[in-house]
Amino acid sequence: MQFTFNEEQDQLRATAQKFFADKSPTAEVRRLMETQQGYDPVVWTQLSSELGFTATHIPEVYGGLGLSYTELGILFEEMGRTLFCAPFLATAVAATAIMNVATESEKSQLLPDIATGTRIATLAVFETSGQWGSDSIKLSAKNARLNGTKRYVLDGHIADLVIVVARINHASGADTIGFFLVDGDAPGLTRRTVTTIDSTRKLTQLEFVDVSARRLGGNHDQEAKLAATLDLAAIGLANEMVGGAQHLVDETVKYAAERIQFGRAIGSFQAIKHKCADMLLDVEMAKSAAYYASMAAASSDPELPVLANLAKASASEAYMRIAAECLQIHGGIGFTWDNDTHLWFKRAKSSEVFFGDPSYHKEQLIARWHH
Amino acid sequence: MAPLMGMLEAETLRNEVRLWLETNWDPTSSLIEWRTKLAESGWGMPTWPSQWFGKDLPLALNPIVEEEFARINAVSVSRSGIRLLAAATILEHGNDAQKSQYLRRILTGEDTWCQLFSEPGSGSDLAGAITRADFDGTQWIINGQKVWTTSAHHADYGLLLARTDWEAPKHDGLSYFVIDMHQSGVSVHPLKQMNGHASFNQVFFTDAVVAPESLVDRIGNGWKVAMTTLMHERRSADALRSVHRDRGLQGRIYDEERDETATVMEPYKWYPQRAGRVDLVFERAIETGKIEDPVVRQAIAELMIKARTAEWTARRARAAQQQGRPQGPEGSLGKLAASNVARHASKVHTMISGSDSMLGDEDGPLAGLIAEILISVPATSIAGGTDEIQRNIIAERVLGMPKEPRMDTGPFRDVMKNPGPAAP
Repeated sequence: MQFTFNEEQDQLRATAQKFFADKSPTAEVRRLMETQQGYDPVVWTQLSSELGFTATHIPEVYGGLGLSYTELGILFEEMGRTLFCAPFLATAVAATAIMNVATESEKSQLLPDIATGTRIATLAVFETSGQWGSDSIKLSAKNARLNGTKRYVLDGHIADLVIVVARINHASGADTIGFFLVDGDAPGLTRRTVTTIDSTRKLTQLEFVDVSARRLGGNHDQEAKLAATLDLAAIGLANEMVGGAQHLVDETVKYAAERIQFGRAIGSFQAIKHKCADMLLDVEMAKSAAYYASMAAASSDPELPVLANLAKASASEAYMRIAAECLQIHGGIGFTWDNDTHLWFKRAKSSEVFFGDPSYHKEQLIARWHH
Repeated sequence: MAPLMGMLEAETLRNEVRLWLETNWDPTSSLIEWRTKLAESGWGMPTWPSQWFGKDLPLALNPIVEEEFARINAVSVSRSGIRLLAAATILEHGNDAQKSQYLRRILTGEDTWCQLFSEPGSGSDLAGAITRADFDGTQWIINGQKVWTTSAHHADYGLLLARTDWEAPKHDGLSYFVIDMHQSGVSVHPLKQMNGHASFNQVFFTDAVVAPESLVDRIGNGWKVAMTTLMHERRSADALRSVHRDRGLQGRIYDEERDETATVMEPYKWYPQRAGRVDLVFERAIETGKIEDPVVRQAIAELMIKARTAEWTARRARAAQQQGRPQGPEGSLGKLAASNVARHASKVHTMISGSDSMLGDEDGPLAGLIAEILISVPATSIAGGTDEIQRNIIAERVLGMPKEPRMDTGPFRDVMKNPGPAAP
């Protein structure tokens, strides 16, 4: 594997960086996080229909750009840098799920609208247990009717399409995992936005009472496909996280050069310098893992599942440590609402546990390695 | 046209080396005989100037020569120890008399060299050296102490950094000398480390002498010359690892080469252990059953993350370099990452070995190997620049953070220092 980005990828990064710097300044993040919707539909249209970002990893036959997870990772990283508020992670993960499980005709029907950004989609996997493994899925599917509760659903309140992962109990007593498609406004589906500490990312709870659903991809067990989907989701999030972490390193170094105490810039104290050097080390190591995992996804590397665990655990710990140190180095001002540090701190915290916290991923890493 | 020219040039060179080797290579000759031929022909160090045992070969073409040597397992010039650091320094800063006196016997391996920079009072702050060189009208008189000197006990010559001017600022009062180690004013004592090995020496100078013609470059320019040596130290550390692999070849010259390698590598035999031996962790965890312990599993996963991200970060740096892109910050982070890996590996080995972590040698796990890891790892975050110095470098040079106010400007005489050396 050539461990570097090519010229086109560098160009994509430059385009994305400019777009998000322009559309997602902190003032805009602060405005959107206070809204119920949580995103700006005009910017979403520009991002999808003009720049084609929503089409990135969708194959060309389904109206996508046919690019790889490396390009998708670059976009995640640049969004994470500015805390861009939009249902991009939700939609990209839902698209991945559809690409992994659906039949050709289902893909032809569903993916083009996702690629153009005209339909927002989300994947509903996790439930009130707060567990990230497939064991915890209880929501039941019987004769294509869904009953149960999904929690921690990204942007469920605005999703046009909800891909629901459900447990199917068979007459034999056995049970399997299946993917189902539900419209966002389906009768019997109640959607509630839950209160989160990170209001730049909207999470919802979905209650299903006898909701009619369509099975995706046929009747076989789809547990392995779920695991593969979640691995790719974790890699996407890891890339988003390293973007945010890099932003905090930059901000910290800038602040340490400006802030004067005891007659000198606080950045001239080794106590501060050494923290900053460690922050840089943290973010660069986490980047290496996130990039390597993206590139492995792009080349279907058999080691991919382990790399997903590694990248997510590494990014989670790095982002959180960096956020805590950034706040610490800012001192009192860092704890105020007006200072921007808390926006990234909260994103770091929610991302640390979303799709599984570091100890979950470390355990899975060893379990997968050992067998 | 240019690439075609390049290819022709490469093929001509390849034929030339091949022909020379066919005519001259003889595995039954002695190491010194063969290396004398290499030095005289210029094929030993072809990128050196043709005036000084080289062929003025562009660096980019050197791999072709190395390939041809490797193809028939021809032995190279002596690259071991710090010989090549000495050679590179003399080549760049020495005068013609020094070059003709020293270079040939460096390449043949007849002379062994050591580096006399670090002192008990100046470790991280190398330029704070207080070993003194005073000119008595006919020669330089050396007094002081050096430390961490590999190979000093069998070295013929030393690269000495000593203070010649106490009124000048710290970096400007140093001069660089070649010192003859075989004299009564030089005494070498092994320095026993906490892990029981003695890979290094302490060197004491009591009115040792250096002839005026052994000053390298001019008086007061020693720091600049020392920087050249240190720059090559980093490069040759990488080269060393690839050179000394026993290929199990038969013949007089190979036996002599093996002996030379064994002597040079002896001090480094514990180096894999100081890096933490991550390679042993998984196997040990399975053997001991600790792989089932969830706390140990978390710690092993953490170690795998640290080790692999460090490896990938190094690969990113190399990939960027190969593409001719400016090296990003990832390049300067490797040493700090290696310290973190070693420290955590030591912790994980302790978790896996449990109470046996207290035991060494034949009583200990893996016949003492685990014990050696646990008591060698602390060297990693100190040797070759402490973690704290690395963090200063990263903060100031990579992140561009403001410098610490200096306390060591002005005449060196007035700068606060550690007390001088105790008598040997």
